[in-house]
Amino acid sequence: MTAVRTVPTDGFATTSRERRALTVQHAARLLFLLVALLLLAPVLCILAVLVVEGAPGLSLDFFLTKPRDNGAAGGIATALVGTIWLTMGALVLALPLGVAAAIYLSEYARDNWLTRTIQVAIVNLAGVPSIVHALFGVGAFVYFLGFGKSILAASCTLAVMTLPVVIVSTREALQAVPKAFREACWNMGATRWQTIWHIVLPNSGGGILTGLILVVSRAVGETAPIMFTGAVFLRALYPSSVFDKTMALSLHLFNVSTQVTNVPRHVPFAVALTLIMVVLAMNAIAITFRMRLRGRKKW
Amino acid sequence: MVTGATTRSLVTVRGLSVRYGNHVALQGVDLDVNENEIFGVIGPANGGKTSFLRALNRMDDFVPHMRVDGEVTFAGRDVRTIRNLYALRRHIGVVFPLPVGLPLSIYDNVALSPRLSGTRKRAQLDEIVERCLRRAALWDEVKDRLDGLGSLLSGGQQQRLTIARALSQDPELLLLDEFSIAVDPVTTMRIEEVLKELRQELTIVLVTNLVQQARRLADRTAFFLDGRCVEIAATDALFGGGARDQRTVDYLEGRFG
Repeated sequence: MTAVRTVPTDGFATTSRERRALTVQHAARLLFLLVALLLLAPVLCILAVLVVEGAPGLSLDFFLTKPRDNGAAGGIATALVGTIWLTMGALVLALPLGVAAAIYLSEYARDNWLTRTIQVAIVNLAGVPSIVHALFGVGAFVYFLGFGKSILAASCTLAVMTLPVVIVSTREALQAVPKAFREACWNMGATRWQTIWHIVLPNSGGGILTGLILVVSRAVGETAPIMFTGAVFLRALYPSSVFDKTMALSLHLFNVSTQVTNVPRHVPFAVALTLIMVVLAMNAIAITFRMRLRGRKKW
Repeated sequence: MVTGATTRSLVTVRGLSVRYGNHVALQGVDLDVNENEIFGVIGPANGGKTSFLRALNRMDDFVPHMRVDGEVTFAGRDVRTIRNLYALRRHIGVVFPLPVGLPLSIYDNVALSPRLSGTRKRAQLDEIVERCLRRAALWDEVKDRLDGLGSLLSGGQQQRLTIARALSQDPELLLLDEFSIAVDPVTTMRIEEVLKELRQELTIVLVTNLVQQARRLADRTAFFLDGRCVEIAATDALFGGGARDQRTVDYLEGRFG
């Protein structure tokens, strides 16, 4: 007969082997924590430097007056307005195209060579360096389509560059809507489009908005794709049509920090601070939106 | 089912096989489903019961790699030659094992199908919504919150909402795939009562893993095993010791291993 097992009296004592394992475990935890904290450092340093050096230069006047003396004096009004034009242009072009492509890939495409080819193309498009996009933009939009160096050409270039972001984030949002909802609709005799329109799209708005804001924050910051296609060093006029050239914040930052002499020390920092504030504000809006939408769960 | 009355078949199945890639889920099934009967399908998991349902309303269109061979007719038409699949699916209501409350209001869940087929008048929609919710035994519980989200109802309520939605398209055939899996016993009984009443006006194919449920509801019952239809018989006969195949007897008596 076998005896019933009992917990030995010293069953909970810590052995030296266990003590060693715990020491290693604590050390590992500390190490990984430090590495994670290290990642925080660059962000904080950038922000700190920009705020300390740039904040004194910020004022309402800085935003509202045009640059003078090649940017050494005056404000950034034309650059700010130009960036808004370029970004809106990129958005208007990239969003409908990207959402349409994502809807096709997520809702209609079967898994065949064509679909796979498109997927590979998207991944590669996302990996193309922005300077290559710039050269593509010059060839395709400035010369081939005859837009000339203009806001239109620059916005098209930015749109092409940001399309993968829109497509991927939209497709993820669409995929997050359960398949069972679609099947229920199809079994009611709904067409694919009716299903998309009534069920899928209304429930993926958050993801699409996130994509939108990612486009904005990227388009605001890019320099290379616009400097050959539509952005100029200095322009006294606000743009009045999409065929005008324009100034832009990112290029202006490049100029005042490297190309122009006699720039007061605080000016480049103030421009950079403005740029990063716009991007951070966009990200903050994106995060708030996502949290809001996650807050009111619908299933 | 009344004996003596002329029974007409609504669905005929001849030599039906279903494959998913190389996997054969169903083969050589021949059967008829008569008008205004509850046709029970029982059998252990992976027996091909769900594949059978999928073949009836052409769900192979949206199940990847699913291939259907053989002949299935619905109301005298070969379902593979029907060009307007949307109409076919409106004639056939489907209820899945897991309840699907669409992320719309309760009202819109039921009104969606009528709206898609062109009903716009509010009064007409109101009437459809109330009638379908009543027939699904859900009206009394939700009549005061029709604008609440259908997807946030309890599981049992969602399943009745799913049934109401299936009824909203005025189907002639209702396919139920193990509808009681995610539903408590009390709700199951209520839905079963609903199904008995529905038999007056439409035809029901009831796939179930509860042998006793088929016994309670079905006029005739088919036993599916390993992708084949082993036996079809009047439910009374089948459960009254009239099963001809030893495997059916074993399954009905719970001696299956």
